[in-house]
Amino acid sequence: MSMTMRRSRLHRKEHLAALLFVAIPVIGFLLFTLFPLLFSVYASFTNWNGISSPKFKGIDNYVKMFEDRYFLKSLWNTLYMMIGIPVGLAISLALALALNRKMRGTTFFRTVYYLPVISSIAAVAILWQWAFNGDFGLINQGLSLVGIDGPNWLQDTSTVKPALIIMAVWKGLGYSMLLYLAALQSVPRYLYEAASLDGASPWQQFRHITIPMVRPVTFFLIVTSIIGGSQIFVEINIMTPTGGPEFESASIVWYIWQKAFDNLQMGYASAMSVVLGLLVFIITFIQFRLNRRNQFSID
Amino acid sequence: MSTQRVITPAPLKPVHRIPESSGKGSGDGSRTAVVPERSKRRTNPGNILVGIILSLGAVMMIAPLAWTFSTSLKTREGVFELPPQWIPDPFVWENYARIWTAGPLLSGIQNSLIVACSVTIVGSLTSALAAFAFAKLRMPFKNAIFLGLLAGLMIPFPTLMIPQFTIFASIGWVDTLLPLIVPGLFGNIVMIFFLRQFLNSVPDSIVEAARIDGASYLQIFWILILPAVRPALAAQFILWFMAMWNDYLAPIIYLNSPGTQTLQLVIANFNAQYAIQTDYPLIMAASFVALLPVLIVFVVFQRQIIESIALTGAKG
Repeated sequence: MSMTMRRSRLHRKEHLAALLFVAIPVIGFLLFTLFPLLFSVYASFTNWNGISSPKFKGIDNYVKMFEDRYFLKSLWNTLYMMIGIPVGLAISLALALALNRKMRGTTFFRTVYYLPVISSIAAVAILWQWAFNGDFGLINQGLSLVGIDGPNWLQDTSTVKPALIIMAVWKGLGYSMLLYLAALQSVPRYLYEAASLDGASPWQQFRHITIPMVRPVTFFLIVTSIIGGSQIFVEINIMTPTGGPEFESASIVWYIWQKAFDNLQMGYASAMSVVLGLLVFIITFIQFRLNRRNQFSID
Repeated sequence: MSTQRVITPAPLKPVHRIPESSGKGSGDGSRTAVVPERSKRRTNPGNILVGIILSLGAVMMIAPLAWTFSTSLKTREGVFELPPQWIPDPFVWENYARIWTAGPLLSGIQNSLIVACSVTIVGSLTSALAAFAFAKLRMPFKNAIFLGLLAGLMIPFPTLMIPQFTIFASIGWVDTLLPLIVPGLFGNIVMIFFLRQFLNSVPDSIVEAARIDGASYLQIFWILILPAVRPALAAQFILWFMAMWNDYLAPIIYLNSPGTQTLQLVIANFNAQYAIQTDYPLIMAASFVALLPVLIVFVVFQRQIIESIALTGAKG
């Protein structure tokens, strides 16, 4: 037997083993991601109630979407609630700077700030719904200590979104703080030493060393928060089961869910879910593109 | 297959680790660098001020959780007392006895355990096998297949949930735990990704040496690879378990009857049902019981979890 034949047989064995090991997730991907994705796109062009077979309707669903007051409202609500993202990032960077100091108790604080991140969103939504109770809630009791008569947060059209934003910031702080902390600890100390030798003030050092050095993390957090924020559902479903006063807290995913599984307008809901998927895809794509550039700037 | 869908983290440089305790002196902030002689002492005025601010923040982070616990120990009327009591008088521990008969809490815990355990145990094995093949074995189109799987992460679950539902409805799996379990058994791409990264630091020569000694690929996986990836596997396992335990959107789509619902759905139904009867202590006791397992897991495995998350975001 020649050497090359021997080697190719060995390779064939290795290929076979590798193929078998990889086949499981690949089959999972085909069954539960690729096929559903293609079906969603197909269903988005049909009139379909999930039971009888879909009837082709062309782009009707997409046209209808942008004339649907409720869809536009839930799209607007979803975007509005993303105001919490920059607020949360600013607070978590400040926290990370504080925890990056040489002092006692930082491990304790890190754990405490991280607790909401790992808590179940369903339980968190329930306890915040109670905290936002107009008469007996924790928030309004806190406000009354400083003489403010708090609103009935979740029933008031002007406060329901801020209430949800406050909760989202509270829940997400620990995660961004942790990533910022990791980034801060990787900033070479000689940069600060050189800057202070040149007479740079702490603010100048923060502005011209810290901020640029943590920029990749900031970027990563912004993108993942937008992707997560565009899919906000659980807290809406639990805290404002009807989409809030005058539909003020309904989000895209909440509306898709309601249309698909309450009203059985699965074709229309699929069209909305395809639009959501496209949005998320574009944001992720931008992340990959910009991030490549970021890496070069660091190197 | 919903909440464990984490978007691939940005590749950031360089690699960093979070020290266990900053007291050991590895983490030095910008301000302490300006005045190096000050940082030698632990209690400088700046640290005290920062400590006070951090403590106030910590109180705000803990308050809702503490408030839940406090409410769970009150009487139904005690909830509405003004000014409110932080320490209930009397302590009503019976609330924690009542929750087990007030709703399917116990079966909810069982169902959540069945889903989370079966998915994470089987899914971790299949993920590790695939990661082994992607990292250490030769195969045509290996990288193309890997990139294809990764691209799947960009698709949000809501875009897939309607066809997934109709698929599972057509084979009669609605209102069973199977739609929550079966997709996870095929592995988790995030986990494959991180285990593959981790395996890159394991020398290829150990696989080749084992082959020459006549070991099969499954033996190599079981004896060499699995022990080698254990730290990464453990961290990813915990994160995945918590994601499955806390999942809500997939369960709410598939599960209707009380006996099949997972814990998160059960407490949401407690909330809807007992708020009408203003039985807030009961709701809060059930929610607290739902929170507790994950809180305990977190406190016990705090270091692994925090390090793997810091790496998730930082390394990629």
